[in-house]
Amino acid sequence: MTLALIALLPFVGALFAGLTIRAGRGVCAAFAAAFTALALLLLALNAPAVLRGEVIQTRIDWLPQIGLSANFMLDGLGVLFAGLILGIGLLIILYARFYLSEADPFGRFLTFLMLFQGAMVGIVLSDNILLLLVFWELTSLSSFLLIGFWGHLAEGRQGARMALAVTGGGGLAMIAGMLILGNIAGSYDLSVILTQGEAVRASDWYLPALLLILLGCFAKSAQFPFHFWLPHAMAAPTPVSAYLHSATMVKAGIFLMARLWPVLAGTPEWFWIVTTAGLITLLIGAKTALFKHDLKAILAYSTVSHLGLITMLLGIGTKAAATVAVFHILNHATFKAALFMAAGIVDHEAHTRDIRRLGGLRHLMPITAGIVAIAALSMAGIPPLNGFLSKEMMLEEVVHTPYLTPWLLAALATAGALLSVAYSFRLVAHGFMGPVRSDYPHKPHDPGFGMWAAPALLAVLVVLIGLMPMTLAAWLVDAAVGAVTGQAVAVKISHWHGLTIPLGLSAFAILGGALVLRLHAPFQRSWDAFPKPDGKAMFDTLTNTLAAIARRLTAFSHNGSLSSAIAIGVATITLLGAYAFVSGTHAVGTRTATPMNPVALAVWLAVVLVTLATLALHRQRLLSLVLVGVIGLLISLGFAWLSAPDLALTQITVEVVTIVLMLLALNFLPKTTPRESSNVRRLRDAVIAGAAGLGTAGLAYAMMMRDFSFPTISAFHLAQSKPGAGGTNAVNTIIVDFRGYDTFGEIIVLGIAALLIFALVESLLSPGPANDRLLAWRPDSPRAGDRHPMMLVVATRLMLPLAMMVGVYLYLRGHNLPGGGFVAGLVFAIALVMQYMASGYGWTAARLRFDYHALIGLGVLVAAATGIGAWFGGLPFLTSGYDYVHLWPLEEFELATAALFDLGVFLTVLGAVMLALASLSRLSVRAGQTVNTRAYDIEPETEAK
Amino acid sequence: MEALIAATIGLLTAGGIYLMLRARTFPVILGLTLLSYAVNVFIFVSGRLAVNLPAIIDKTATGYTDPLPQALVLTAIVISFGMTAVIVLMALGSWLTAGHDRVDLEDGQ
Repeated sequence: MTLALIALLPFVGALFAGLTIRAGRGVCAAFAAAFTALALLLLALNAPAVLRGEVIQTRIDWLPQIGLSANFMLDGLGVLFAGLILGIGLLIILYARFYLSEADPFGRFLTFLMLFQGAMVGIVLSDNILLLLVFWELTSLSSFLLIGFWGHLAEGRQGARMALAVTGGGGLAMIAGMLILGNIAGSYDLSVILTQGEAVRASDWYLPALLLILLGCFAKSAQFPFHFWLPHAMAAPTPVSAYLHSATMVKAGIFLMARLWPVLAGTPEWFWIVTTAGLITLLIGAKTALFKHDLKAILAYSTVSHLGLITMLLGIGTKAAATVAVFHILNHATFKAALFMAAGIVDHEAHTRDIRRLGGLRHLMPITAGIVAIAALSMAGIPPLNGFLSKEMMLEEVVHTPYLTPWLLAALATAGALLSVAYSFRLVAHGFMGPVRSDYPHKPHDPGFGMWAAPALLAVLVVLIGLMPMTLAAWLVDAAVGAVTGQAVAVKISHWHGLTIPLGLSAFAILGGALVLRLHAPFQRSWDAFPKPDGKAMFDTLTNTLAAIARRLTAFSHNGSLSSAIAIGVATITLLGAYAFVSGTHAVGTRTATPMNPVALAVWLAVVLVTLATLALHRQRLLSLVLVGVIGLLISLGFAWLSAPDLALTQITVEVVTIVLMLLALNFLPKTTPRESSNVRRLRDAVIAGAAGLGTAGLAYAMMMRDFSFPTISAFHLAQSKPGAGGTNAVNTIIVDFRGYDTFGEIIVLGIAALLIFALVESLLSPGPANDRLLAWRPDSPRAGDRHPMMLVVATRLMLPLAMMVGVYLYLRGHNLPGGGFVAGLVFAIALVMQYMASGYGWTAARLRFDYHALIGLGVLVAAATGIGAWFGGLPFLTSGYDYVHLWPLEEFELATAALFDLGVFLTVLGAVMLALASLSRLSVRAGQTVNTRAYDIEPETEAK
Repeated sequence: MEALIAATIGLLTAGGIYLMLRARTFPVILGLTLLSYAVNVFIFVSGRLAVNLPAIIDKTATGYTDPLPQALVLTAIVISFGMTAVIVLMALGSWLTAGHDRVDLEDGQ
């Protein structure tokens, strides 16, 4: 479990960082640091076992069906990376505490930073590549938040967007590549994939998987041609640059290449792609760094260059080269993070990072100058610092690696080293040497201990690893390389190998670098004179073009007009359907047609005529509404004839309440629709609608004339209806027993719809234009002489108990015969609506003693409680049960939990329908409809007197 | 009979879509109602046609119709009432708030 805990602790820390900021920046930083330190401690406790050669694993099944498990593993590579992430993270928290100003939202910063840290630790500890991808995306997201932390700066926002687009886009390719890899290997677990190297490399899908995964790695680790995003990410606060863009995130791509090294490396494809990309990145980065003026830009391009170096080493594909790569990851993290933090200190104190405006700082800020000198000399590869060790080992490798010609790789790598020496020296010479100037934007001096402690510690490490590599680093490198290559490694790191070719190349690079720096001014002039391809401009052109296309497409299809959106949608679907029909093969159906029936034919004819009449008369709204109601009733006849009594009952009752609802609404709406659209438009609409109708009819006919291509699950429901659910009405047992969960969701939806209507009416009735219109509303059609005719009142009074009895009857028999909670609720609602119609809303509402909101809630609760009841029997939610009871003098009858569930359905349906209708009626009251005090207008007794 | 029912579904679909393409809210709501009928009938007949074979388990029954589409359509009918009610209220609200019942936004609105 400890591995999952290590990955989890930073996330918990993120939560605490956000919560404790009210107690002060110090407390907030202390919490973040404490969680990081705890994770580091847990890692350290696990480290000895890993260094002995064990691999620690934690397995938590998450979604085993799709191969996604929260599996973690810790091997040597994981220890190295997790140690770097957590260790440098701890230093960064300390540094950021002093670097960020009081005005910056420090709590938010640390929350983002800890989120990032957790995601990063997750990547390096994941044993499941799907889980790894989740963390991978999380680093892209959290780095977006961190780069754009100063949201008021345009560069910050642009840099964040660019980083997200590039690394996120690479992440998408990575997902595809990982899925292919998992499919080849037969598992998404890294520990399994790592054993399948032979099979993966032999697979036809090896190259696609390799290309997609490398795309993701190159984008993340800023390798050519994706190197342009990293310098723009420097708009982030310096602690972010030091953490994400030197030590951790940009190494995620490299980590993954190292992680998958045993599976993917060793082929010509791997060698040529990875080595070439690394080499180009190494040279472009080093060359550009030499001519930049912003301290952070110099460091950013030098980072690009060193990442290229590591990539190149991994590309070579030998165990020795991988060893150097791993060692250089460690060294680069130490000196580069120190340099970034020192650059931040200079910016903080001198208020500029422009190297042309600096110089002579060694007199003003000696501590910072010392840190920079040590770290920069290490970056240049000057003995005895740690950068020298890995550079020597690197040169040793490239000398023995043929690339096109035997010496080309060595020559180019030496050129890279030479440039590296030049920009490292320039950093020290132009920034810190020379005379003290009088025109700094702000008089610089060394900061307080809190700010320089972190980079100083790293500088000490640079020196110590340089002096005692075997004591301090070799064991870690051995463990990590052992994990990368899968073979035990015992690396020998030493300063002196005798007078070798690499030593000569190294000396040449140092002397050449010094010479280049001497000639820097003329070089700079010729560099400035030549136009260079600008990655940001290209990126902006690309994204702007894509955005413009997207905008034009949206403007065409979603221009605020519902009718054109529907027209486009329907036309597209119809055309696609037509294309599928024309391009496919089809035969006539094999089922024999159901014989014609004269009554059915008459009903069909009526439906056709009434539908056509509705279309012809749709401008007269009341008439067309009545006609639509007629169609609904005719359809319910069709249901009854075609063996669906339940549907017929539901259709009739729903039709009644729907028409009543629309009549209530029509009271306020205009009674006619004006003739507005042109003939062309109407013709266009008729063509679209006709084509869609034709297609639907054809589809329906083709479907009805064919048998099922495989047996459906209906047979199960029919067979189990009686023995399994205890009811003979198979439709009802599906609703309340087999698919009870669906029904549970449906009544909740219905309840929410009713509450939504209530809320809409509330907002219409609150002060505003709608309310004003209602108050000033005048009936636009003549009113009846008696609003509440006596005959209607008397008849509905008589029918109320009868209708309710019918409702109860339908409810009780629903499990065995047509009926059930849905229909019963609707019948009850109609019985009550009849009272509204006869005696008016106000009169009836005053006499109804129950609240419709409560009814909806009660219904859902009853249904839920029935479902939960199953838990007490040790069964899953909503499992139904039934038994037969014999109670004298009654005959034997059935008691089923489904009846209780159906009661919940009944209550919710009743409450929802009534709430919808009652809400609409409230509008009428606001519009000046008086509330009658008597049940009917003309009182026979009083009139007689 | 299948051909006639298919024709009904097609006619209701075409009528529903034609009304939904009108410019005022009320015909759009009527169109939606017609389309709901068409869809419900379509799903219902996906169980194929059967006369006098209700899905009521009985020893004397000679066969049963497919109960599954019926169960689906039953709840769909009730849900479509809720949906219609919400849209009716939205149409009413826009008429009362904006003073017109046009569906499409015009430029500048």
